[in-house]
Amino acid sequence: MSPSEKPVMLVTGARKGIGRFLSEHYLSKGYLVEGCSRGKADISDSNYRHHEVDVADEKAVRGMVADVTKRHGRIDAVLNNAAIASMNHVLLTPAKSANRMLEVNVTGTMLVCRDAAKVMMRRRYGRIVNFTTIVAPIALAGEAMYAASKSAVVTFTRILAFELGQWGITCNSFGATPIMTDMIKGVPQDKLDAVVNGLAIKRLGSPQDCANVCDFFVSQASDNITGQVIYLGGIS
Amino acid sequence: MIARNEAYEIVIASLKEVFEQVGEAPPAQINEETVLVGTDAVLDSLGVVQLIVEVEQRVEGAHSISVTLANDKAMSARNSPFRTVGVLTDHVIATAQEAAS
Repeated sequence: MSPSEKPVMLVTGARKGIGRFLSEHYLSKGYLVEGCSRGKADISDSNYRHHEVDVADEKAVRGMVADVTKRHGRIDAVLNNAAIASMNHVLLTPAKSANRMLEVNVTGTMLVCRDAAKVMMRRRYGRIVNFTTIVAPIALAGEAMYAASKSAVVTFTRILAFELGQWGITCNSFGATPIMTDMIKGVPQDKLDAVVNGLAIKRLGSPQDCANVCDFFVSQASDNITGQVIYLGGIS
Repeated sequence: MIARNEAYEIVIASLKEVFEQVGEAPPAQINEETVLVGTDAVLDSLGVVQLIVEVEQRVEGAHSISVTLANDKAMSARNSPFRTVGVLTDHVIATAQEAAS
């Protein structure tokens, strides 16, 4: 089959929060968006297709990418946004919880990158954006395993950039400041305030901030921008 | 189910595609014994990566079977299932059979 004329973007964790916002953002920009999450989504757009997939499930990810490829013949961009967090003191973190974070946040990111890159490399073009967090560089107490998993994503992405660069695929990481989504709704206000007060720009992040960085990374013109990490709010 | 001659043709076509992509002429003779991995290999390590991906994509395109050739079994095997064109052909058939079952 000949590839779709419109660019195709795969967004993980698309059901709600930032993933949902970004899915709708790129639908409005003319992308065919293929979203996934463990549950159903209610994004209603003829250019959107939802896959009920756990990114840590190798076979399910493979099946999803095969389905996208069969229908569209191309994948132009991937936003690896799916993640889970468990905000606990390390002394109160069960191994099961730690392993699940690594499975979803690290292995899940790797699986989606791997299978999407196999499609991208045939067309010598691709844009991969893997989501990390400022929690890692600011070493926020109470989020050791979550931060560790996201540090792994940054390292993985830097090396991935070198492994895939020859096929025109760029790989970058993006770390948002706290944004009011379900993921942080359980974080005490004083803790959020302390994080925001440590930023250069003292405000919570917004979905639009995320879209701004993603727009830069997925732009065709960003073909020489790879292996980079951008954090919001002045964090480095 | 993929017939052996179909799998063989996919491997050969993929191998030629890899040479075309890197801008090199393929060896004058490609057959079952053509070495893909190790001493005397016709490809470097990145070429093997490209070949495996190309074969996977072609199997999927032609037979609608999603295969991962570099699976756990393959990567822990004593003898590489990618070492020659013939061995890779057999590995493609076995992996496709497993995926379809």
